[in-house]
Amino acid sequence: MSDAAAAPSRRRLAEDAPVRVVSARARLGSRLGTLWSRRELLRGLIVSDIRIKYKNSALGIVWSMLSPASMLAMYYLVFSIFLKNGIPNFVVYLFSGLVVWNMFQISLNTATGVIVDRAGLVKKVSFPREILALANVGASVVYFFIQLAVLLLFLAIIGHAPDWGFLWLLPISFLTLYLFTASLAIVMSAVTVYMRDVKHLMEVVLQFWFWLTPVVYSYEHSIAEPLHRHGLSTLYFLNPVTLIVLTFQRIFYVSTVVHSTATGALIKILPTWSFEKFLFLNLMLLGIVAVMFLIAESIFGRLEGNFESEL
Amino acid sequence: MSVVIDVRNVSKEFKIHHERHQSLKERLLHPRSGTTEVFHALRDVSFEVRSNETVGILGHNGSGKSTLLKTICGVLQPSAGEIRLRGTLAALLELGAGFQTELSGRDNVYLYGAMLGLSRRDVDDIFDDIVAFSEIEHFIDTQVKFYSSGMYVRLAFAVAVNVDPDILVVDEVLAVGDERFQAKCIDRIRTFQEEGRSILLVTHNADQVRALCDRAIVLNQGLLIADGPTQSSLRTFREHLLEDNVERDEHPMSSNVTISSITTPSGSFDVRSGASMHFDVEIDAEGAYSGNFVLEVFTRGGQLVSRSDAQGAPVNLTPGRNVVGVDLAQLPLLDGVYDINVGVVDAHGHTVIAWREQAASIQVTYDGRAGGIVELGATIRQQ
Repeated sequence: MSDAAAAPSRRRLAEDAPVRVVSARARLGSRLGTLWSRRELLRGLIVSDIRIKYKNSALGIVWSMLSPASMLAMYYLVFSIFLKNGIPNFVVYLFSGLVVWNMFQISLNTATGVIVDRAGLVKKVSFPREILALANVGASVVYFFIQLAVLLLFLAIIGHAPDWGFLWLLPISFLTLYLFTASLAIVMSAVTVYMRDVKHLMEVVLQFWFWLTPVVYSYEHSIAEPLHRHGLSTLYFLNPVTLIVLTFQRIFYVSTVVHSTATGALIKILPTWSFEKFLFLNLMLLGIVAVMFLIAESIFGRLEGNFESEL
Repeated sequence: MSVVIDVRNVSKEFKIHHERHQSLKERLLHPRSGTTEVFHALRDVSFEVRSNETVGILGHNGSGKSTLLKTICGVLQPSAGEIRLRGTLAALLELGAGFQTELSGRDNVYLYGAMLGLSRRDVDDIFDDIVAFSEIEHFIDTQVKFYSSGMYVRLAFAVAVNVDPDILVVDEVLAVGDERFQAKCIDRIRTFQEEGRSILLVTHNADQVRALCDRAIVLNQGLLIADGPTQSSLRTFREHLLEDNVERDEHPMSSNVTISSITTPSGSFDVRSGASMHFDVEIDAEGAYSGNFVLEVFTRGGQLVSRSDAQGAPVNLTPGRNVVGVDLAQLPLLDGVYDINVGVVDAHGHTVIAWREQAASIQVTYDGRAGGIVELGATIRQQ
């Protein structure tokens, strides 16, 4: 750095530099702009998050595969072997839903308390605070891709091809998952500052949420009929994770109707919707969660103002 | 010169909960319990900082100076008003606040750089400068949790000053590190000044402001009570410092007392260490006034060597020209240039009546072996 040479050019830059305004209410547009301009920080925080998590552990990032793998093994054992749910290739079915759920759950469990946990930073350094929550979501996105890679590897080994035609839904569905998770994470991290119980409440809610999502059971086979009878189908689909999980299962598990390994009868595992219907539903959901993200940002903006006196 | 910081009518209120119910259960059980008091940390503060200016913010604890700084840095949002910033800003609010202790110094430099708005490539370019400035080459790949507090702070300061900000905001952080590192920090700040950057320095250390700033603003209970050249702001600051909850003197400050000159019999301010010295301070008063005389001696670095307190030196001023003689029997100062401030304060020592900053500079020559500021006259022998 040659100070003497840099000084005049730098000073000219200062005069031309755009004016930034700090005021009581930042506009949503400028919030998003600032957020985008600080993506390097987001990257840095994600990397440090992952590094810290596996620092001093011999297996390191392998743990991000081992714990979902053990979860997978357990559910497989319980549902396929002991309870004999009759779903063939149940591991593939489970795996495709679990990658989605893990990303959602880990993000929320870590992001909810993040502003409180990093109070020292929040009170002393200026940056868009929601980046802290987004960094936690980002770290789970990394684990998500690692698990997705393992899933693909697993599929290759057992010779189970995904539905190539439906694969186009993957990016849309992933983006939906990301935006939904991020919206919730942003809002929850801010709310926790005011009500610390939310962190614990969230853990409980997520346990219920897991069973409201067709990850370890089949929506069509187990609950579609009773839900429809009681007129609760719409309510069930208000959970955005459901459609995402179903889409992932449709892409990777492929078969919608299979022969039960227990009884040999034909059972319906997944919705028999056409690609167009899946695409339409996914795009609609993407639109909804995009709006949710904007709402989450503006809620965060409102709650952010008093962080200092609450932390 | 363009305005780089434009603070417009900024107010900041805090709600202080006297009974905090932060858990959901407590909130549900006591929806209205607990009183909330609104504390006005800043009240309608407006000022500008231009490029190439170093501005000090003075104030007691609780005067709102840290709140103002945090608002400027964007850590806090103002309740009303707005702040316009031009150019990049690096803030040293608390050194190392952004550090992750589990990570190595190297990782933290990149992370902290990102917090200050630098890309990875930007940090690559200045990485060596940062490490050199912080003087912890050997430990840069050690986890920060094993650092001493001095190393911690040095690394943080090194990052912040090397990010090449247009505006540097410093909050009471110059008191850290050993003396040599402090001097290095002050040096770096002076380099910044020469390069035409703007610096905002918050402190309650008047000497530091005197040493570094061209202009100072004074905050008192959230109000901006002075904005002007360092000396006049310091004077206001002193008045409030001395005031210290005691009500103001019924006699408003007689602005008609002025210190017109300070002279020595020989006309020279060069003196040998250990020799005696005499000043004549000429004070013009328009009315009779009885008060106390204050003499301060500073090093060139802004370090207060001595303040001869008001109580010890009553003066009775008569209308017209008064001469106060100051005798320093044996000047114990060592080699160097020292600045002298003189002033008249009221009988209680609460209000400054007249003040003259840097009324004179004395040049002390010393040829003994002692180092530092003062000759203690120590004799050392084995018992």
